[in-house]
Amino acid sequence: MSALTVEGLTVGYGDGAPVLDGLDLTVPDGGVVALLGANGAGKTTLLRALLGLTPARRGRVLLDGADLTGLPTEDRVRRGLALVPEGRGVVAELTVAENLRLGALWRYAGRKHARPERDAAVGQMYELFEPLARRRAAPGHTLSGGERQMLALARALVARPGVLLLDEPSLGLAPLVVAQLLGVLRDQARATGLTVLLAEQNVTGALSVADRGVVLSLGEVVADRPAADLAADPALRHAYLGF
Amino acid sequence: MERLVFLLSTGLARGAVLALFALSLVIVYRAARVVNFAQAALAVVPVYVAVAVTAATGSYWLGLACALTAGALLGAVVERGLMRRVPQDNPLAGIIVAIGLVMVLQAGLAIAFGPDHRPVHAPFSQRPLTVGGVALMSPYDLFVLLVAAVVMGALAWLFGRTSLGLRMRAAAFAPETSRLLGVRVPRMVTLGWTLSIATAALAALLLVPTGLGLDPHAADVLFVNAFAAAVIGGLDSPVGALAAGLSVGVLASLVTGYASAAAAPPAVLALLTVVLLVRPHGLFAAREARTA
Repeated sequence: MSALTVEGLTVGYGDGAPVLDGLDLTVPDGGVVALLGANGAGKTTLLRALLGLTPARRGRVLLDGADLTGLPTEDRVRRGLALVPEGRGVVAELTVAENLRLGALWRYAGRKHARPERDAAVGQMYELFEPLARRRAAPGHTLSGGERQMLALARALVARPGVLLLDEPSLGLAPLVVAQLLGVLRDQARATGLTVLLAEQNVTGALSVADRGVVLSLGEVVADRPAADLAADPALRHAYLGF
Repeated sequence: MERLVFLLSTGLARGAVLALFALSLVIVYRAARVVNFAQAALAVVPVYVAVAVTAATGSYWLGLACALTAGALLGAVVERGLMRRVPQDNPLAGIIVAIGLVMVLQAGLAIAFGPDHRPVHAPFSQRPLTVGGVALMSPYDLFVLLVAAVVMGALAWLFGRTSLGLRMRAAAFAPETSRLLGVRVPRMVTLGWTLSIATAALAALLLVPTGLGLDPHAADVLFVNAFAAAVIGGLDSPVGALAAGLSVGVLASLVTGYASAAAAPPAVLALLTVVLLVRPHGLFAAREARTA
């Protein structure tokens, strides 16, 4: 649906050395790209900078050729960029249904049949994530880790973003739940043409759903190859991913 | 018995005003995470507007509408022009700016209108109605209870049932996550201030006819008691503000009736102390999140 281009992005905290230094990256329309790298490689910083949550010192972020630099986070989201943040960014005080409705609000606001369209979109998410349907009235803080990650993903998908960014969705989850989540993600990408940038430490899982893998090390792209090649290259895995 | 019934019913009416003011503190605390020490001074300014409009037109209702509008505008102006520019990294800066604002507003009102009490007339009689020989609340008390109930119902509907309320709640609980969902969080904060000061102005306007009249400090005691009520209720909880506001009103009325008016403020503070000893986060504080 959309292509994401990063040009010369430099991001740092305080006045220290930059975490990302002149990073270039392209995620093609409909592509599923795994963003790999050890702790401290700059994955989270990159995703936050793409959304404008962490300010960039230099460089541009383009969504379908349109420059997002200078736009606040909420306007980047309204252009079709979505982020599922690390640590299951569910609003714990709201119920499952409220979280989903909140995610869908901006997409359907101002339309003629806003409410039925929004309810239909939320209904689709319940079909996609069966456990959420059973717990729709439960407050966010009572959900298990897996349910929260499902909710965070459903809440991002319900607004039909052009580009979906995910920050370590598998963190702290059982392998079976991870496989299920990544499966849904792959199916959605195939079915809707959603562009995905998936930051993961779970290299095997991420490469199994991605068509390309980008390895980040100390703020630089050190490898950018088809996922299958990357998975089959023991030297690279050993050097940058630690196994 | 008759005395108890009378004290309970007037206590409820006083409590409704307290609950409204406590609710206004909760709204601004939830929206902006500030304890607004300027709430009393900000609430009194629109009451001056109401009194001026009522004096000019002769209509209490027009004055009431103007007070609500002025309160809403004042809330937006204070947030956009002042509080937004205060560093957010520690709560002290906001508190000190708010206290400074109190001094500026109260001195400004005293310079403009004089420090004297201005008598404010209630739109209904303040003489208690009697039912079967037992004195109950006055028609004005009934009016206060009714207005407070309608406003609280409207606020509950806004926060609980509308999309705007959902966005405001989300922005208050999780600002960053809300921005990631396209919510314009700064606008929600401004709206929170708007609602809060309008509600506080309404509470002050309802209070003034029952006291000595209008002066720049007319809402100060109301603020102290309502703040105690908001903390008893949990500071984050509208239901808590309502329950604690009514309880504090009834308690103050009973203590005033059976002991003396001077004993009411210590009684409220004693209740606050006991509640905080037993439940440090207040009676209706949010429960801990599941971590596993």
